[in-house]
Amino acid sequence: MSTAVARQSSLPGFGLTMGLTLTWLSVIILIPLAGLFLKTFELSPVQFWEILTSRRTLNALRISFGLSFAAACVNLVMGTIIVWALVRYRFPGRRLFDAIVDIPFALPTAVAGVALTQLFAQKGWLGAPLAELGIKVAFTPIGIFLAMVFIGIPFVVRTVQPVLIDLDPEIEEAAASLGASRWHTVFRVILPSLMPALLTGFALAFARAVGEYGSVIFIAGNLPNVSEIAPLLIVIRLSEFRYADATAIAVVMLLASFVIIFAVNRLQRWAQTRIPAH
Amino acid sequence: MSMQSSLVTPATPLQAYASTADLAISPASRREESTRARAVSFPRDQRTEPAPVRFIIIALAITFLTVFVVLPLVVVFASAFSKGISAYFAALAEPEALSAIRLTLLVAAISVSLNLVFGVMAAWAIAKFEFPGKTFLITLIDLPFSVSPVISGLVFVLLFGAQGYWGTWLQAHNIHVLFAVPGIALATIFVTFPFVARSLIPLMQEQGTQEEEAAISLGASGLQTFFRVTLPNIKWGLLYGVLLCNARAMGEFGAVSVVSGHIRGETNTMPLLVEILYNEYQFVASFAIASLLAMLALITLVVKTILERRLDEGQTPPDLEGLSR
Repeated sequence: MSTAVARQSSLPGFGLTMGLTLTWLSVIILIPLAGLFLKTFELSPVQFWEILTSRRTLNALRISFGLSFAAACVNLVMGTIIVWALVRYRFPGRRLFDAIVDIPFALPTAVAGVALTQLFAQKGWLGAPLAELGIKVAFTPIGIFLAMVFIGIPFVVRTVQPVLIDLDPEIEEAAASLGASRWHTVFRVILPSLMPALLTGFALAFARAVGEYGSVIFIAGNLPNVSEIAPLLIVIRLSEFRYADATAIAVVMLLASFVIIFAVNRLQRWAQTRIPAH
Repeated sequence: MSMQSSLVTPATPLQAYASTADLAISPASRREESTRARAVSFPRDQRTEPAPVRFIIIALAITFLTVFVVLPLVVVFASAFSKGISAYFAALAEPEALSAIRLTLLVAAISVSLNLVFGVMAAWAIAKFEFPGKTFLITLIDLPFSVSPVISGLVFVLLFGAQGYWGTWLQAHNIHVLFAVPGIALATIFVTFPFVARSLIPLMQEQGTQEEEAAISLGASGLQTFFRVTLPNIKWGLLYGVLLCNARAMGEFGAVSVVSGHIRGETNTMPLLVEILYNEYQFVASFAIASLLAMLALITLVVKTILERRLDEGQTPPDLEGLSR
């Protein structure tokens, strides 16, 4: 096998490493995920449909996907602003703020969850002034939304940053020399070049928010039909030993994330094909 | 450039996609062609934004990062020390806390070492050989990044749970997987699966196979070649992957929460204990454990930055860069 398939290399070990890789991959990832799909086939299509269209499931999915979309939109706008500031301007503390962007990636989700809850609770540092304005954040859908914004922000920044750094300054100079205003150059020349990266960052932030559990459940309030996210409903159904319900919701969420992976891959291909055309 | 940026990002699918985005959008050759020296100078206002706009953008960026990222981190430490230093250390010395710390270290040790061995082997097969379906295999390795942590736990409940596929058999043989260390370790391995392989593959692809081929042709064995030639070349990348893998393994919450059973003093990892104590309104104790995890995150970020600098220094010279792609 190793000589026939991996003919371009004279190095040893292809059969062994590939064999062990596939075995380990199957044991840890493929068999468990296949088990999830097999479990759904134990349900009749009618049962499956009934679970998914029950009021509580529909509301949980609506809350998860809807708020994730809203949070990803905020991340898209704020991420672009942050990237622009970090890449194009010089200001005191720039390197520090650049490093800080990674914190939502690195901070364990449960820690982020309790910290955000404490911060936005009614007596919290930010919760108290907001409460005076009549805005209740913790234990409402707004809290879920804010937690999703928190975990999503590095995705947009870190996807767009390398692209903006590498953007050829000649393009901007050409636009300027042809008489374009700065405003025009930014919105008609620079932002369109960043579009594949922006959309990729948006999709990744969205996907992460949909599946997010730890940083959301503390601040969410977890009221059925109001502030209960889909991953939490899976956990609740499991604790009630309603495995079929948990599995059906999980499969829908898993398929949604596969669609997002596929979309991101297409975005990458789009980015590759459109660049030489410049 | 390409290597550095592909390694900048941790803990997420971003690592996978950002690297491809970067490679796709900024081929090194295109930048070489740009003749910056010839660029005519333009009036300053046409190449950057007016000062008020610059100020607003910087202010927005700083405000947003402070409110959403810095403040939560500060809250963790402020709450942990809100009743003084002695209360903080007393909380950490609780038997429950110590048992959670021990379990977290054990699970991290198991999952990091297994994923280390797997990651090196997968990277060797993928980076050093050409075979059909390579992109698909990388997609499969990346899969855990895009699965919700709750689902990562659920799949093991469906396999090993009392109503799961192998639950009855396991019960008959008195083997405990769920609500015990093996289940917690499996769920952790699942969520940390891609880290090591993902940090090594771009690095090893960039380095190519010439050095290894030379070693083999001079009579070295496969293992000798790996340990004497490949390993020294990839050591910083390997450390990088292990660092991120470890951070996630110690901090994982959702997947572990589903398989742990929350047995006090037995199957609670540190993140799970944070949750339990918080829900019991033991805020100092909860944030004391959380502060340890936050410090882990901060140390991880600092070491990551140092490693990225190392990786930058050890970058292959530009004339070799093209050979491996």
